[in-house]
Amino acid sequence: MKNVQKQKRANKSLPFFFRDEFRVSLLIILTSVALLITTFTFDIVPPILNRGIQPATFPKALLVLIIVMTLLIYYLATKNPWKVEKKLPRSFFLTLSSFVVFVVVSKTLDFFLAISALSIFVSYCWGEKRIFYLLLVGIIFPIIVFIFFETILGLRFPPGIITNIYYS
Amino acid sequence: MDNLLLMLAPLFSSKLLLVLFFGTLFGLILGVLPGLGPTTGGALILPFTMTLDPLSAIVLLTSIYCAGTYGGAITAVLINTPGTPAAAATCLDGYPLAQKGEAGRALGMATVSSTVGGIFSVVILVFFAPILAQLAYEFGQPEYFALAIFGLTMLASIGEGSPIKNLIAGAFGILISTVGKDFMTSIDRFTFGINELTEGIGFIPVVVGLFAMSEMLTQSTLINQVFNRIALKAIKLPSKDDYKKTWKTILRSSGIGSFIGVLPAEGGTVASLIGYSEAKRFSKNPDEFGKGSIEGIAGAEAANNAATGGAMVPTLALGIPGSATTAVILTGLIIHGVRPGPDLFREQPDFLYGIFGAMLIANILFFIFGFFGAKIFARITLVPNKILWPMIFAVSVCGTYSLNQSIIDVWIMLFFGVLGFFMRRYGFSVVPVIIGLILGELVEGTLRQSLVIFDGNWLMFFTRPIALTFFILSLIALAFPLIRSRKIKKNND
Repeated sequence: MKNVQKQKRANKSLPFFFRDEFRVSLLIILTSVALLITTFTFDIVPPILNRGIQPATFPKALLVLIIVMTLLIYYLATKNPWKVEKKLPRSFFLTLSSFVVFVVVSKTLDFFLAISALSIFVSYCWGEKRIFYLLLVGIIFPIIVFIFFETILGLRFPPGIITNIYYS
Repeated sequence: MDNLLLMLAPLFSSKLLLVLFFGTLFGLILGVLPGLGPTTGGALILPFTMTLDPLSAIVLLTSIYCAGTYGGAITAVLINTPGTPAAAATCLDGYPLAQKGEAGRALGMATVSSTVGGIFSVVILVFFAPILAQLAYEFGQPEYFALAIFGLTMLASIGEGSPIKNLIAGAFGILISTVGKDFMTSIDRFTFGINELTEGIGFIPVVVGLFAMSEMLTQSTLINQVFNRIALKAIKLPSKDDYKKTWKTILRSSGIGSFIGVLPAEGGTVASLIGYSEAKRFSKNPDEFGKGSIEGIAGAEAANNAATGGAMVPTLALGIPGSATTAVILTGLIIHGVRPGPDLFREQPDFLYGIFGAMLIANILFFIFGFFGAKIFARITLVPNKILWPMIFAVSVCGTYSLNQSIIDVWIMLFFGVLGFFMRRYGFSVVPVIIGLILGELVEGTLRQSLVIFDGNWLMFFTRPIALTFFILSLIALAFPLIRSRKIKKNND
């Protein structure tokens, strides 16, 4: 309890633009406004064909509602600040960047290679140094999963360097 | 009577019994592993259900639901970390009792009360769901719209996070459901020229992303965390004295859990918290709570398992999910071409009562597995995260890809994984997003169709008694968190 109060006090002492509640609220509002602007580009149904409301009306109403509620949580947070979150560790950023690498590799090289690379990389970054276990999570297990999905569900994975060899 | 006999069908089908066996086993493993749970597990197994007939598929998902909810108690008692959010209240007394060297007694009580709560809720489901389905015949589009709004406003009081944050997350879920071609006019919305988005954003990538991938990112921040595991010799059945102390609590919590489960969007987490606090309120020894009270364990566990049957009531009778896991089950029903609602009760009683029977058997099975195998299940928590999570990643990616064979779905899953991580970090629960996503189409569809019926006159909604009742209930649901926080503040003062 004391720690939470301490964290809340620490958050209050920061300038408003550094506080989590401000940054999160701002991000939600900016995204919502951008999406709200997008709704104005939706096609409009001519009145003669239109039944009920226009397709853009419902998302517009939702976005306005989200903006209003976000302003409300920000207002409430000025009275009762959020606790300051701990800094994210290096392992988080490594895992996050492995997601980005996964997207790039799965698109350009190979889907299986992307899964395998991410599994080995994440396992290694989280502290696994034993070769057998790295091979287990990075190669043996993905192969089992691949074969399982292919035989049970009749799934065909997207083409790539390794998958092409497998299918040929 | 004929319908009740249909409940015995799973007992006479070796295939269904096998599905039940594996579903319960898989559910227990998922429940034991912190960060996973029946919702994530159900979403991951959903593609595999395509190889099964509809009844086997739903039996598999419901058995995972029942066993997964109980499995959370094992980790809650032994390592003070709830395997599922619904087991959070079990930690409060389960772990202190285990620390006193009575882990077997704590788990014995958790197993018995979970089973009683689960069976009680199936009885409620069997008798209450058909009545609700019968009522649903009176529902038109405006009533369904009002009901969906009620379901969404209930998100304000789901227990996790602030009410307004939950409502924002729910509105965001509905917004996701608007992506793709508008169902009435075929006009593209939020597709940004990406062809794959014209069909909309699938449920599975969002669920797997928000639950499994965001949890993987959370685990990446906890790699140095060390759990203090308490050794378990064997589970002990509660003594006569324990039964005397807790039977009223178990029955009360079973009733509370079933009722909370029936409410749309509420689930085991809220049920267990209320079950626990009511057990404390009625206890002769409230001071023991938090220090290893056997009544505390019974109150929390009976309530969270009772919520499983309760949550299936609106899911099957109205097509409104009672919890995040039932949203997955609802998706399973839709994928297999089963339309939940009153017609299901009239046209496919064998299917429906087969599910009820399977839930009953699943509750008995997890009692047997839990009683004889808790020691083995507890050992599953020893699998290091650095091995477990990369494996879960491989299954998540292949499972998400398999449904539409779309790589875009996998990227969507990763996007929602990152989003879910930050949502949780800043106090936004991810459950409302799922409920919003599943209710989104219903809300918009019924609103627009109602406005066509009413010739654009919004006030006509208030001329329909059932719709008006749901709107009033929605207002109460919105006001409830405010009243509750004032009451807590008053009590603290």
